[in-house]
Amino acid sequence: MNKTFISDSRGYYGQYGGAFIPEMLRENVESLRQVYYNIIGSEEFITEFKMLLGDYAGRPSPLFHARRLSEKYGAKIYLKREDLNHTGSHKINNTIGQILLAKKMGKTRIIAETGAGQHGVATATVCALMGLECVVYMGELDMARQEPNVKRMEMLGATVVPATCGNKTLKDATNEALRDWICNPEDTFYIIGSVVGPHPYPDLVSKFQSVISEELLTQLSAKEGTEDPDYIIACVGGGSNAAGIFYKYIDRKNVKLIGVEAAGKGVDTGETAATISVGEPGIIHGSKTLLMQNDDGQITEPYSISAGLDYPGVGPLHAWLADTGRCTYLNVTDKEALIAAYELTRLEGIIPALESAHAIAVLGKLELKPADIVVINISGRGDKDMQTYINAKGSLI
Amino acid sequence: MNRINRLFRQKEKNILSIYFTAGYPGLNDTMEIITCLDKAGVDMIEIGMPFSDPVADGPVIQGSSEKALKNGMTLSLLFNQLKEVRKRTDIPLLLMGYFNPIFKYGVEKVLETCNKTGIDGTIIPDLPVEEYTDQYEKLFTANGIINTFLITPQSSETRIRYLDSISKGFLYVVSTSATTGIKKSFESSHLEYFSKLNEMGLRSPRLTGFGISGKGTFDQACLYSEGAIIGSAFVRVLEDKGSLHENIRKFINTFR
Repeated sequence: MNKTFISDSRGYYGQYGGAFIPEMLRENVESLRQVYYNIIGSEEFITEFKMLLGDYAGRPSPLFHARRLSEKYGAKIYLKREDLNHTGSHKINNTIGQILLAKKMGKTRIIAETGAGQHGVATATVCALMGLECVVYMGELDMARQEPNVKRMEMLGATVVPATCGNKTLKDATNEALRDWICNPEDTFYIIGSVVGPHPYPDLVSKFQSVISEELLTQLSAKEGTEDPDYIIACVGGGSNAAGIFYKYIDRKNVKLIGVEAAGKGVDTGETAATISVGEPGIIHGSKTLLMQNDDGQITEPYSISAGLDYPGVGPLHAWLADTGRCTYLNVTDKEALIAAYELTRLEGIIPALESAHAIAVLGKLELKPADIVVINISGRGDKDMQTYINAKGSLI
Repeated sequence: MNRINRLFRQKEKNILSIYFTAGYPGLNDTMEIITCLDKAGVDMIEIGMPFSDPVADGPVIQGSSEKALKNGMTLSLLFNQLKEVRKRTDIPLLLMGYFNPIFKYGVEKVLETCNKTGIDGTIIPDLPVEEYTDQYEKLFTANGIINTFLITPQSSETRIRYLDSISKGFLYVVSTSATTGIKKSFESSHLEYFSKLNEMGLRSPRLTGFGISGKGTFDQACLYSEGAIIGSAFVRVLEDKGSLHENIRKFINTFR
């Protein structure tokens, strides 16, 4: 096990992390921490988790050699196909893990926040599977721009509650979910969708997502005779798909890790979600991390065309990986992401989620050599983004 | 002696503490509200520092915070407004708010300014006790500022005894599992929790908050603790038509 990636006992990665929660949530978070540490290594848990990842979610996700994309960028490019998982993204890896924790703790009601709706769908799905009540908080704006996912959650039996404060996006949905948890401490389990929130969430979400890099080690080895690519690229909102595909490679310093944030209209425009570029240390949603804020310490509203990346914070482990220089964080604009989505679709017949399109768009910004092996995490599929893609088509092609 | 400690030494029952959000309803109402509350005879005042993402607050204080920020309230402006406060009143004053604006301003600088201004204490719901004791307690002590700890219906007896042992002022008894807001009355489960606390023989005085709406809930809370804190119900009064002074006087009088 690579030690550097695991937070200390109080949930710190360097200066970032911790559990900045009101006393009202303390007993909840503390009992979650204890159950998590007690069962994460248990054979019973591992067996059930792996069974569901395989038989239910459809893992392992394929590693696909994208020949035409490779030709265009002059390197050997592989796609890790998290978009092919059940529910259409990597989010299911985490919700399966957390629903098992919830059941172990005897909780009967599940709450979640969602941005693009992928985590909401993945949560509603495992709740249906386990027969548990599910309430998903979603920003009102996101409900409009990701409507297919709202319908999916409702068909799965979840109640989708609009968050109507602020910009009506992911940050506001998370505030509402935290308030719900404060009001319902006894029966409710909060399934957080990214490597954010108070300790132990960043730790446990990254561990549940680490199955992505665990598979990559053997898949790449079988195809290339080496476990180590030259580059691993993933998009970063809160950072869970990136944490999952980076996890086993953190100590392999020969592998360059690239996180891609959403620049929105550009990092200097004020309409951006590139937290690592423009953020400063602070506290958001229970965690000390980099976040977008003004001089008075008020959290500022992010912007991205991608609802899944439209968040003013970032997981504390990414803040730390950025500080230490272990990972490089780049960013791409809305327009670059849209172009990349069309490019992948036309070259490889894969319509990616807008979030994942950000990872693809960074290819043109790297100085790749023909012998370089590049792995891109295709964290989700683009069905939910069809309306945005259709609207953008005229101006792009 | 810190004014908070002085209050609990002088008064053991029916202590009334009032919360309001600075910058609401008007940006520059802070001093007037404090003066009115003092004249109306409340025992302690909690000055809310508005925050963009108040996760422990219900709709009323969310609304007042949003409006205050829109009005242009900032922590440095608040300190500016409070510069002369000790020429006007000797009532115990606490700052209440979330940790990020304090962290951004600089914890040490905030505490030094509190000391200079004559602020007696703080309530920072999302600053965990462990972070406080490890990182900041010395700074609080050096500046004579008392930080306040919350206990909740979920707190274990061990936890309550621990918080009691490190408390330098009073314990803030969160009445129910809820965000801040207004309750018509307390249920029997709340009263059981209040009386359990009462029987624990804690060394620190207690003030009950969250859900205190009027004289009924105030009197109930006072049966089990030294007093109570009113936030949302008071903030709502500030929206009423008429003069601030009259509205505040009338509201406080309902508790007599």
